Amino acid sequence: MTATDERSHHAFEDEFQATIDADQRIEPRDWMPEAYRKTLIRQIAQHAHSEIIGMQPEGNWISRAPSLRRKAILLAKVQDEAGHGMYLYAAAETLGVDREELTEKLIESKQKYSSIFNYPTLTYADVGVIGWLVDGAAICNQVPLCRCSYGPYARAMVRICKEESFHQRQGYELLLAMVNGTPEQKAMVQESVNRWWWPSLMMFGPADGDSPNTQQSMAWNIKRHTNDELRQRFVDMTVPQAAALGVTLPDPDLRWNSERQAHDFGEPDWSEFKAVITGAGPTNAQRVAHRRRAHENGAWVREAARAYADKQAAKKQEAV
Amino acid sequence: MSPHEVHQGEHDATNAYQSLSETTEHDDPRWAFGTGFEDVEAEISAPVPEGTDPADLAAYCQMLGDDALIYSQRLSEWVANAPELEEEVALANTALDLLGQARVLLSRAGHVEGRGRGEDAFAYLRDQAGFRNIALAEQSDDLDFARCIARLLIFSTWRLALLHRLLGSADPVIAAVAGKGVKELTYHRDYAARWALRLGDGTEESHRRMQAGLEWAWPYVEELFRTSDEERRLVEAGVAVDPAGTREEFDAVLAQVLEQATLARPEVAPVGTIGGRSGRQGIHTERLGHVLAEMQSVAREHPGATW
Repeated sequence: MTATDERSHHAFEDEFQATIDADQRIEPRDWMPEAYRKTLIRQIAQHAHSEIIGMQPEGNWISRAPSLRRKAILLAKVQDEAGHGMYLYAAAETLGVDREELTEKLIESKQKYSSIFNYPTLTYADVGVIGWLVDGAAICNQVPLCRCSYGPYARAMVRICKEESFHQRQGYELLLAMVNGTPEQKAMVQESVNRWWWPSLMMFGPADGDSPNTQQSMAWNIKRHTNDELRQRFVDMTVPQAAALGVTLPDPDLRWNSERQAHDFGEPDWSEFKAVITGAGPTNAQRVAHRRRAHENGAWVREAARAYADKQAAKKQEAV
Repeated sequence: MSPHEVHQGEHDATNAYQSLSETTEHDDPRWAFGTGFEDVEAEISAPVPEGTDPADLAAYCQMLGDDALIYSQRLSEWVANAPELEEEVALANTALDLLGQARVLLSRAGHVEGRGRGEDAFAYLRDQAGFRNIALAEQSDDLDFARCIARLLIFSTWRLALLHRLLGSADPVIAAVAGKGVKELTYHRDYAARWALRLGDGTEESHRRMQAGLEWAWPYVEELFRTSDEERRLVEAGVAVDPAGTREEFDAVLAQVLEQATLARPEVAPVGTIGGRSGRQGIHTERLGHVLAEMQSVAREHPGATW
């Protein structure tokens, strides 16, 4: 690097930092540090993968939805998730990667997706509980991302958050119908809450002391709150909703702390969390194998589409 | 976007979240996107057109409704299995459109029948012999995209031709479903035709697979143009159309697409009937039992439950 290069590099870096410090947006054509680009690619890809893998546990119940209205709601929701995946992959593409490449990384388990989707959906109540708790936790995580420093990601999140809050309401409404239904339905809701509560709390990631990327992401205005802050916010929002449903959250340490004006709650089982994020959760292998199968089964279709497009382009060329 | 607007977005989303436990509004049109009810809800209880046998009309609504419901069920098997995300969205959307049509038609069947059955009683509590759908709808494409496209092309070309002619049905609900459905089916047919071109005129492999997909679906084509007794009587009353009258349009559209896609019209025998009876008379292939076993399992496991 020459002295001039180095000076201009510093100038770029200063400009980048000034934009961040002013809480303004970085756009695709702006200069950005390589580490910032890498962090964003990792985070946006992980987020896109989560939308796509998340279609599986809920899609599991489309064929068996117990009323046509519920079937329509669930089908529309899972379709929205495919749409969210598309916006997010498009946002990642502004950083110089492409969807195909990211999909390869997903099916080779080189990139992660949200740990929550490595749990199975075992009853129809799980559809409602995923809407209520999992989408609820996702909203807590995602609303601040609408103010993320990277423009395309922030804009994608504005659109996604609107739809997510709708999904969450639909999930909660299903649970309300179920707890007001037969005793078996109410028991099904409680059993589902018991299974999903702790994995939902784990969605915010490790405790702040164990989260190596948080500080840098906050300095870059990618993240706005720490994992523990978001987890606390989620618990405080969820407790009154659980009461309204008449279900118990399975945590003996959960209680209101008037001094902190917040709920105290127990510690998730971090060894289970570590197992799930390192591939040893209940459905990790199944989810990735499913995605791989769909992708590989579609290879001949994508190839045909490319071949057809090439032929059409060649014909057009000839005509000119 | 200014920082103020962004902050506003966060504030609103958080509020929507916090107000959850108080809100159970059902009237937001996005509440069940694709259910297709808003346009025709008022008309489901319209009187039976003069000169029409209510039993025939109820049967006809089930025929049109069951075609849509059972095919929607099969299409939704593609969720999380499609070759591209764009196809995920398009196929799910098609399944949703058809599900919306089915819901209105089955509700209308229940109203006309007058025995208090709603859409869910039809979908979840009838046995195989009560279903009136054509066999093409109930087959499994085994997640072969070429089969998926072949069936969609055939089904949507046929149903679009039917719905076009039903725009003037004397039954206001059928006419309303046709009004909305023509737009939906136009898109479905266009989507299927575009893919038939890509696959037919894509690679050697895709050409072979697309041709095989057509051969797979073709034995179920003839049934689409067979006229049931109920249809024959309802044509007289100006309620139904004779499916036999859509054959010419169907053949012309298929000929055009297949030629452009370098595909051949299959020369395969149609599947046989049992004493002249098939789907419209409640005689199905072995596949429907499996579709229903899955579709109805949760609903039947919880009699008396509300969802």
